[in-house]
Amino acid sequence: MRALPIKVLLWGYAAFSMAPLLVMVLSSLRPTSEIFDRPLGWPTGLGNYAKAWTQASFSTYVVNSAVVVVCSVLLGAAVSLLAAYPLGRAAFRGRGLFAAYFVSGMTLPAHLGVLPLFYLLQSMGLVDSPAGLVLVYAAGSVPFNVFVLTAFFRQLPHELDEAAALDGAGPLATFWHVMLPLVRPALATVVVFQFVPIWNDFFYPLILMRDESKLTLPVGLTHFFGQFQNDWGTLFAGLVMTTIPLVVLFVLATRHIVAGLTAGMNR
Amino acid sequence: MALGARRGSSYLFLIPAFLLYSAFVIYPLFTGLSYSFFSWKGTLRAGFAGWDNYAGLLAGPFLDQLLPALGHNALLFVGTMLVQNTLGLAFAVALSRVRRGKRALQTMFALPYLVNPLVIGYLWTLLLSPAFGPVNALLEPLGLAMPWLGDPDTALPTVILITTWQWVGFPMLLFSAALGGIPPEYAEAARTDGASSWQVFLRITLPLLKPAMATVTILSFIGSMGTFALVYALGGSNGAPAGATDVLGLLFYRTAFASGDVNAIGTSSALAVFMFTFIFGSTLLLERVLRRRA
Repeated sequence: MRALPIKVLLWGYAAFSMAPLLVMVLSSLRPTSEIFDRPLGWPTGLGNYAKAWTQASFSTYVVNSAVVVVCSVLLGAAVSLLAAYPLGRAAFRGRGLFAAYFVSGMTLPAHLGVLPLFYLLQSMGLVDSPAGLVLVYAAGSVPFNVFVLTAFFRQLPHELDEAAALDGAGPLATFWHVMLPLVRPALATVVVFQFVPIWNDFFYPLILMRDESKLTLPVGLTHFFGQFQNDWGTLFAGLVMTTIPLVVLFVLATRHIVAGLTAGMNR
Repeated sequence: MALGARRGSSYLFLIPAFLLYSAFVIYPLFTGLSYSFFSWKGTLRAGFAGWDNYAGLLAGPFLDQLLPALGHNALLFVGTMLVQNTLGLAFAVALSRVRRGKRALQTMFALPYLVNPLVIGYLWTLLLSPAFGPVNALLEPLGLAMPWLGDPDTALPTVILITTWQWVGFPMLLFSAALGGIPPEYAEAARTDGASSWQVFLRITLPLLKPAMATVTILSFIGSMGTFALVYALGGSNGAPAGATDVLGLLFYRTAFASGDVNAIGTSSALAVFMFTFIFGSTLLLERVLRRRA
């Protein structure tokens, strides 16, 4: 019918959607003097990256971020997995209440509790410590994780628990040997979904971290922007380096999730 | 069931998540409520203050910051609904008529929302820079160069455009999924009865998208009220230029951590309780109103 205008419009917007990111990557590969000369142009070299990695503390920020994100995601997934198991599969007093208690956190603006959180962590000696951030992030991931994993546990066949019980397996053995292998696809979903917001989070470290050597990427990026204000090439390189891990995750995770899903189907 | 046989073990499984979530999410929110009813000298509790901290929010100097910030959040929400979500719906409808390249298009539309809001903010600061930015360099020959983030009049609309650019893929994906769930027979039946495609859209498609619209509206509201990193990167913690991009999140941050006020804890806790009540209350209200007939 009017297929052509629609196509033109859609591809046009797609180009508009991608263009700023493309400019970011291209500019990160050009010296600052050239960018100031002509805002748009072709790449010439990797010098900006070397500078951002060594002169700015990007290497430190990236390592700090990686440690905090991996620990947070693992801790949050582990405790949520344990909680979701009885919530999805057992009948016990207060189950509905517990489920509501956990899931209510999905709509609570939790960051508004940051001031008491700061003093709580201070009393534990965990301000300015990666461990403090990990506890905050892991706790914050509980509502979504419990919600997704409970739904997943609920739809696994009931015969599984009965068979395991007949074989004499206790709750922990059933959980470990029977359930865990089956929930792997949901676990991958949970891990991927938490990775992005935690990697990107700026608010908590802005308030909870002071020591330059312990900063994660987002707050590090604000320092970096002050420091290299007039060195645009290096700034663009910093922006690209902050973004790349997410692109890598996206590529890897798509494969992982598909693999997890098909593995589940073969059983 | 293995777990049903030994009741107690259910609770054991719940303990780690319960403790972690209670200590670092729920407890701070409740403690913040109690903080707001005390007056503070630095980090020392100086005495019960009743509603004084709340009255302080409504006193002249603070109100002069609170109202514009709240107004900017509201404008962001309205702008998001009008620009971003309308575009998202249009793109979803347009995409439903495309066969080839649909996935590629969806990925390209959605890619910006994977990027850190702080990166987005800094990236656009550079792109829109009046001196060396490529955007004005491209618009200059057309006579369309603008001060963008540099002028208090254009700064907030620019923030809305940047937000739209980053997030338009999100309503698009939600609406696409909802459109995919509508049986094609409905439209076919209407067309046999002589309805034009515009009528089909208005009378059949749009009403069936109501649940998706409710979801998009509520998520947009929560997002607009909670915005922080993007505006921090674009205008710093004071919402430059001249407070034109100041929002509740920045105001709360400044009050709690950068005001130098001895009663900073009292005032900022009252502000946090106000924001909590306003955001959470409005969300519940939106849920009720929008989902009543959906």
